[in-house]
Amino acid sequence: MRRERIVDVLVVGAGPAGLATAAGLAAAGVGEVEVVDRERQAGGIPRHCLHGGFGRLGMTGPQYAERCVAAAVGTGAVLRTGVSVTAWAAPLTVDTTSPRGLERITARAVVLATGARERPRAARLVPGTRPAGVYTTGELQQAADLHRQRIGTRAVVVGAEPVSFTALDTLRRAGVAVAALVTEHPRHQARPARALDARLRHGVPVLTDATVVELVGRGRLSGVGLRHRDGRTAHVACDTVVFTGDFVPDHELARRAGLLLDPGTRGPAVDGAFRTDGRGVFAVGNVLHAAEPARAVAREGTLAAEAVRRYLSDGDWPSASVRLRVAAPLAWIAPNRLTPDDPPGAFTLRTTEFAARPALVITQDGRTLHRTRSRRPAVPNRPFRVAGDWTGRVDARGGAVRIALG
Amino acid sequence: MAVVRRGAPPDVTYDVTVIGAGVVGTAVARELARHPGLRIALVEAADDVGEGTSKANTAILHTGFDAVPGSLESRLVREGQARLAVYAAESGIPVEPVGALLVAWDDEQLAALPQLLAKAERNGYHAARLLGPAEVRAREPHLGPGALGALDVPGESIICPWTTTLAYATQAVRAGVDLLLNCRVGRVSSSGEAHLLTTGRGTLRTRYLVNAAGLHADTVDRLLGHDAFTVTPRRGQLIVYDKLARDLVRHILLPVPTALGKGVLVAPTVHGNVLLGPTAEEVDDKSATGTTAEGIAALREKGHRILPELLDEEVTAVYAGLRAATDQDDYRISAHKEQRYVTVGGIRSTGLTASMAIAAHVTELLAGTGLDLSAPRDVEPVRMPNLGEAFPRPYRRADLIAADPAYGEIVCHCERVTRGEIRDALAATIPPGSPEGLRRRTRARNGRCQGFYCGAQVRELYERGAEMGTG
Ligand SMILES: Cc1cc2nc3c(=O)[nH]c(=O)nc-3n(C[C@H](O)[C@H](O)[C@H](O)COP(=O)(O)OP(=O)(O)OC[C@H]3O[C@@H](n4cnc5c(N)ncnc54)[C@H](O)[C@@H]3O)c2cc1C
Ligand SMILES: Cc1cc2nc3c(=O)[nH]c(=O)nc-3n(C[C@H](O)[C@H](O)[C@H](O)COP(=O)(O)OP(=O)(O)OC[C@H]3O[C@@H](n4cnc5c(N)ncnc54)[C@H](O)[C@@H]3O)c2cc1C
Repeated sequence: MRRERIVDVLVVGAGPAGLATAAGLAAAGVGEVEVVDRERQAGGIPRHCLHGGFGRLGMTGPQYAERCVAAAVGTGAVLRTGVSVTAWAAPLTVDTTSPRGLERITARAVVLATGARERPRAARLVPGTRPAGVYTTGELQQAADLHRQRIGTRAVVVGAEPVSFTALDTLRRAGVAVAALVTEHPRHQARPARALDARLRHGVPVLTDATVVELVGRGRLSGVGLRHRDGRTAHVACDTVVFTGDFVPDHELARRAGLLLDPGTRGPAVDGAFRTDGRGVFAVGNVLHAAEPARAVAREGTLAAEAVRRYLSDGDWPSASVRLRVAAPLAWIAPNRLTPDDPPGAFTLRTTEFAARPALVITQDGRTLHRTRSRRPAVPNRPFRVAGDWTGRVDARGGAVRIALG
Repeated sequence: MAVVRRGAPPDVTYDVTVIGAGVVGTAVARELARHPGLRIALVEAADDVGEGTSKANTAILHTGFDAVPGSLESRLVREGQARLAVYAAESGIPVEPVGALLVAWDDEQLAALPQLLAKAERNGYHAARLLGPAEVRAREPHLGPGALGALDVPGESIICPWTTTLAYATQAVRAGVDLLLNCRVGRVSSSGEAHLLTTGRGTLRTRYLVNAAGLHADTVDRLLGHDAFTVTPRRGQLIVYDKLARDLVRHILLPVPTALGKGVLVAPTVHGNVLLGPTAEEVDDKSATGTTAEGIAALREKGHRILPELLDEEVTAVYAGLRAATDQDDYRISAHKEQRYVTVGGIRSTGLTASMAIAAHVTELLAGTGLDLSAPRDVEPVRMPNLGEAFPRPYRRADLIAADPAYGEIVCHCERVTRGEIRDALAATIPPGSPEGLRRRTRARNGRCQGFYCGAQVRELYERGAEMGTG
């Protein structure tokens, strides 16, 4: 037996995105706004990021999480933790499990804010044995910082993007020596000061153009095999390896709902008002684009709240949309649907290759809509943005809009 | 009832000792335990049951339709399937009778189907039939282009291999079998009426001996002076795809064996995933359970042909198992009366299915060597925790959660494993010997995130359980 309940808005996921959305909605007084999260504590990923770098003031993750929670609860949103949304019973009705029992919650609008995770070793198809000592940054942070578990003595970090350097910090705090950061790219992708600090102060080299091609060791990891782009191979002895970055949206609920997904982001396809192709279902945060900084997703949450509020009052839902498609080396763009009544203010993109001053060319059915050159470089695993001032030129009945590096 | 992980073996003379706690050894121990009055030991080198080949296979409950007609394997697979299907239903081992299709992709394979049908008949399997391309497509809409036809084998099922071994072992231990873990048998000598087994932890005395050492059955056989066969490990690498791929496939899609080799299969699992594999590679190292870039690439290429959309899904695991192949196309089970000893060798790629029938056969052979068996009794049934998606798991059960809220507290989100299930596993008759053992008992950490969300908490629960002396 499931307890059946009705709310005005159900937000799934109490990370920075979901909490900001709930705070905005509750502040606007739209009625009953409920946020559920499957973890025992609200706050999402920042809960276990003990390092600084969150929000405008660069506070620590837990401080930032606490602040997001306080903002949502302070405005009157109902926050329930330890509640997992496990399935859909109808387009706007979900089933949940918690220690207090099973529920079936129906809402006028559902907001998916389920976040993103790092791809683990298996998903990256790294061959070899299956020893202990293999982590993602997310697991490492929880193990070392929240649970104070023993990690190991010497680690290799896979990746050299911003999150890889936070893994480095966590390892050092846990007393683990770091042999190297390994990236397949020709350069690291963090801010220069960050990488310089790692190299000069802590003597950690960044091995570029290199991939981890094998894990070695029985029971416990004993080393990793590396291959350089030019074919050279090497063995690095270590008892710990951390697979960082390579984020993928936690899109299970979106898929189970049968929502249209974007092939680039692998998250639900949304328009500028965070609307999926399922009436009444919104999505916000890193489930749309894995992964952006917390501050950016919280800002989205505020915008999403406004979009949900409007929907609750006028009931409008676009019936048609134009898809956005990127060409390599671009990996994705978000938002990735254009609907006539809600053009996005700006788009976020990802590239898989470095470009010093990337030129973007946006076309539809062979017609150039926009051409622009960015003054900032495009860096893999880092956002770069383009303004949305060209969307008025899109033909709403035309084919997909294509975005390429010129 | 005893599970012993450390210390010297008990100072008693066992009536029967079984070496190896894989699916075969545990099945034998369970079968023997049905005969009251026997003192039985099950000795295992690893820190848990099912740590060998039995944990890493394709988890199919075979009909035996394609066995070598007239072989021992053919008979034991057929009998074993019937027995295990009944036992699984009784014990809560998840089984899904999804059926298999052997899909032909070229003329040679298409031409082989009628022969396979005839072979199935000779193996006493009469439900198979041929399907045309349209019917194949209707039954499997996501199949890649170019399927020419198929052999439909409706009796093939999928099963949980971990629960099967654990159920046998649990029932055996509850019925009085001593399970000695971390206990490798290194030498066998004899002293009058008893074998003396030298293990890393001391000597064990036993009147009768069963060798169910899997890949090492030849080594143990040599300890008793025999040189009948050599085990050549044949590695099978497999890829496990995310649960979101499960809707892509309805049947076990078996390859059609031809002169060019066996090919790979695509099969759903009872845990709700999709398997792609296995490879077949002769290796010379009995511990070579690592995966290789070449193996993974070959599987992906074949998988792309069979079920193109599968390759767009996330991978949750890649693993390898080793088949205990010998130079003969059959099991190598033999009794040595004068030695009061039975060898169970060469249980290659059907041992999970045949396990209960192998156990019955071995028990008969033991009786033939002089072991005095009382009439069997029904041992107390076991009810295993359900790991199968086709049956209600605790997180969906209002009654369980109302009685105990720990079943509503999901710890591993991808697999929806609750704190109640983890607690139960840690306090079970045979507690896990490692976090990996906990994974096989509960599925905790077995999902798409591989611990990104829950890894640290699961380890915490495991270590706390171990501290309390239950782990
Ligand atoms: C290791 C690491 C370090 C980082 N460091 C920084 C940094 O220094 N600075 C910075 O700005 N950003 C950082 N980030 C990024 C930042 O954490 C994210 O931008 C932010 O957490 C995204 O917020 P979100 O709300 O979209 O998702 P999340 O924070 O991932 O929250 C999603 C929430 O949804 C819940 N959920 C998911 N599915 C369900 C379900 N079915 N039922 C109930 N609840 C569900 C989850 O439990 C989770 O709490 C880091 C990220 C990682 C992984
Ligand atoms: C890739 C693959 C796919 C397969 N698919 C299927 C399938 O779909 N269906 C099916 O029915 N079968 C399948 N099989 C076959 C099945 O898995 C095996 O036949 C079965 O697991 C063999 O069980 P076992 O108990 O003989 O061996 P194991 O599970 O290997 O057990 C032997 C045990 O003996 C122990 N041991 C060894 N030496 C000693 C010693 N000296 N002292 C103490 N202990 C010792 C080992 O530690 C081990 O635990 C497959 C096999 C593989 C490799």
